[in-house]
Amino acid sequence: MPNMCQTKTPIPEQDPNVRNKNFDEVAQGYTVEMAQNEAARCLNCKNHPCVTGCPVNIQIPDFIAQIVKGDFEEAYRIITKSSSLPAVCGRVCPQESQCESKCVRGIKGESVGIGRLERFVADYHMNNNTAPAEKPESNGHRVAVIGSGPSGLTCAGTLAKKGYEVTVFEAFHTAGGVLMYGIPEFRLPKSIVQKEIAGLKELGVDIRTNMVMGKVMSIDELFEDGYEAVFIGTGAGLPNFMGMEGEGLLGVYSANEFLTRINLMKAYKDEYDTPIIRPKNVAVVGGGNVAMDAARSALRLGAEHVYIVYRRSEEEMPARNEEIHHAKEEGVDFRLLRNPVKVLGDENGRVVGLECVEMELGEPDASGRRRPVAKEGSNFVLDVDAVIIAIGNAPNPLIRSTTPGLEANKKGCIVVNEETMQTTKEAVYAGGDAVTGAATVIKAMGAGRQAAESIDEYLKNK
Amino acid sequence: MYKILEKTALNPSMTKMVVEAPLIAKKAKPGQFIIFRVDEYGERVPLTIADTDKERGSVTIIYQKVGASTMLLDTLEEGESILDFVGPLGVPTELEGYRKVAVIGGGAGCAIAYPQAKALFNMGVSVDVIAGFRNTELIILEDEMKAVSDNLYLMTDDGSNGNKGFVTTALEENIKNGAGYDLVIAIGPVPMMKAVCNLTKPYGIKTIVSMNPIMIDGTGMCGGCRLTVGGKTKFACVDGPDFDGHEVDFDELMKRNVMYRNSEQTAREKNCRLIRNAEVNDHA
Ligand SMILES: Cc1cc2nc3c(=O)[nH]c(=O)nc-3n(C[C@H](O)[C@H](O)[C@H](O)COP(=O)(O)OP(=O)(O)OC[C@H]3O[C@@H](n4cnc5c(N)ncnc54)[C@H](O)[C@@H]3O)c2cc1C
Ligand SMILES: Cc1cc2nc3c(=O)[nH]c(=O)nc-3n(C[C@H](O)[C@H](O)[C@H](O)COP(=O)(O)OP(=O)(O)OC[C@H]3O[C@@H](n4cnc5c(N)ncnc54)[C@H](O)[C@@H]3O)c2cc1C
Ligand code: SF4
Ligand code: SF4
Ligand code: FES
Repeated sequence: MPNMCQTKTPIPEQDPNVRNKNFDEVAQGYTVEMAQNEAARCLNCKNHPCVTGCPVNIQIPDFIAQIVKGDFEEAYRIITKSSSLPAVCGRVCPQESQCESKCVRGIKGESVGIGRLERFVADYHMNNNTAPAEKPESNGHRVAVIGSGPSGLTCAGTLAKKGYEVTVFEAFHTAGGVLMYGIPEFRLPKSIVQKEIAGLKELGVDIRTNMVMGKVMSIDELFEDGYEAVFIGTGAGLPNFMGMEGEGLLGVYSANEFLTRINLMKAYKDEYDTPIIRPKNVAVVGGGNVAMDAARSALRLGAEHVYIVYRRSEEEMPARNEEIHHAKEEGVDFRLLRNPVKVLGDENGRVVGLECVEMELGEPDASGRRRPVAKEGSNFVLDVDAVIIAIGNAPNPLIRSTTPGLEANKKGCIVVNEETMQTTKEAVYAGGDAVTGAATVIKAMGAGRQAAESIDEYLKNK
Repeated sequence: MYKILEKTALNPSMTKMVVEAPLIAKKAKPGQFIIFRVDEYGERVPLTIADTDKERGSVTIIYQKVGASTMLLDTLEEGESILDFVGPLGVPTELEGYRKVAVIGGGAGCAIAYPQAKALFNMGVSVDVIAGFRNTELIILEDEMKAVSDNLYLMTDDGSNGNKGFVTTALEENIKNGAGYDLVIAIGPVPMMKAVCNLTKPYGIKTIVSMNPIMIDGTGMCGGCRLTVGGKTKFACVDGPDFDGHEVDFDELMKRNVMYRNSEQTAREKNCRLIRNAEVNDHA
């Protein structure tokens, strides 16, 4: 008998007024009982519309049916046929615009909590199945992967399972890409990412950190070194600034810098040397996941008042619903239809305020969203001592500027054949944010997997 | 892990280290830098590549002990290893096409300027090196700089080496005497670089400066190293660290570099505790 309750089984969460002062995970995950209760809400629809909403087509009703049966390892096996990072995606996918948006239960009431169930299965597996993965027999072919974000890790894992000898080259001192330096601990515990990476190492993947490719080695040199194919998964790490007056003042951060200092360099922990300004009042500019993460991190560093300044309305905000909801619960102050025009500083060059202007929504623009227009004379000042700019990132030019024959479009995104992920250079493939511009973890993962299949195909036929 | 092959104190506050890093040694060019992290808890700190030995696979760094991280680095000895060492970062200095160049170093900046002087000299360019220090005790790299220059002018602020004055004093004199520089490279404290640029500007002599803002990744990802050059935002780690000195907003840079002064003091105190603990253990 399906569970006909119209709302999702609640997931235990830390109290908003407690969690906004610590970096522990907000949502604590389902127990076996809760998971089975939620799984029973799935109608096992024959035409399973939910699957079409998942960028990697996880067989959702099948894995959920196994949860109902209590065979969690089988559920895990079904998920990992399509996804390599279920513990991550179950936590950070924008489910409401993907799988869950297509769920029939969502027509009347809430959709099935697919993400929560996926997370449950992945966590169950991690906690109960500790046998190291078996290293597949080598087929003698070497492939290089540049970048260790979700696209690179997935490409590496998929190839390693097929017997390739894979080396991952990462610029930072730690592998994981945005999963390590961008998305905060309270949404995605770093131990989970590190377990995924440990799993890859068990498969024989060699991860070499501190390797800024394009600088220390070029792609052509990788081929000279005996690699037969290369995957580029370098992400979209180059932060955009507004270009407004005062952005050079002390206390103006890019979200990347602020979050890297906190997540990767652990500025919030005493034993680390990483310095960070601990502002009292903060304005975060932007309306995406990155802005929510920066705002919520600022609260956790002890800020008394944190504003989100966004030039459109809540409806247009690109952040996941859950993050907006969590941010509000934790006390972030949303100033919508407001746009910053100037950062104000004192005589020592420190931030003392952010001048903003009110906005109205006009005609739809190229993105289909209504274009915000400034209301003349509506300027006002927010009293803040820090401003965090979270208005998007562009792909980093390091690789494309050092790789002859690799084409990129006007925005700096690497051009690929969308079916095969092959670039304009032979034996070089690319995927993830480096190709699409800032997107999602699951899309990056899907691209990494697709590229791995194409590389396999290419090397088999060579 | 990157092994320390040699460690030499150059003066009471500056140390030279030769570090095993063959891939970086193979690629590095004058003007490029590395970022190191001593241990798991450390900051990522940029240092110029002062020299390389491709055969030996080594990179030389010269650092001034100014804060927590350089002091921590200085606790490591020959045979020990640095956890992270990444490079070569930044754009190499554009050295082609000059006849007569003045390379100016201020204090620790001499370590950064030395590889440029050496490269130019080896290309057959006529090189004057003008180096300034607070006093004679702090003078470093004297023999090395002499070996790669036609003339070496060593200045001290207090005149304790018998040659009192700032680097700008010597530079101005040379220019007035018709040295005919077609390029000036100035590396040192920001006020020094600013003063050099103010001096060369009326003469229309192209002046390259090396910027040293606070950095994290060194790959263009954080934007922490941004500065304003010719009215545009640039990232020192990927667009520099060299820039046209006549275009740089030095005042903004000076303000940005004191960003963490207070927290640096705490880190330094924390670090001193670390060192003290280690000493206690050593003697126990
Ligand atoms: C703060 C933040 C929050 C986010 N929240 C969500 C979310 O909730 N849900 C969601 O689905 N998505 C989210 N995203 C987006 C998601 O993280 C990205 O779409 C995804 O990580 C892209 O994966 P990738 O593999 O393409 O690149 P990345 O994860 O960016 O990894 C690229 C890696 O390549 C390395 N690299 C770059 N250049 C070089 C080089 N020259 N040599 C060697 N290595 C190099 C980088 O250091 C990095 O480790 C968020 C992003 C950010 C920044
Ligand atoms: C491209 C580049 C190349 C460099 N090359 C060298 C080199 O070859 N040798 C060398 O000794 N130093 C060099 N530096 C400077 C060096 O990175 C800084 O001095 C570094 O901050 C030292 O770290 P610390 O923790 O020991 O000192 P900190 O405790 O970080 O700094 C001590 C004091 O300096 C201020 N400060 C912090 N960062 C900087 C900075 N980047 N520039 C100026 N002041 C700063 C702090 O506010 C503090 O007051 C270079 C910097 C850059 C960006
Ligand atoms: S991977 Fe993401 S989109 Fe696909 S089923 Fe899981 S949560 Fe939904
Ligand atoms: S659409 Fe919803 S109810 Fe139907 S199979 Fe998918 S998850 Fe289950
Ligand atoms: S150091 Fe991060 S962008 Fe330059």
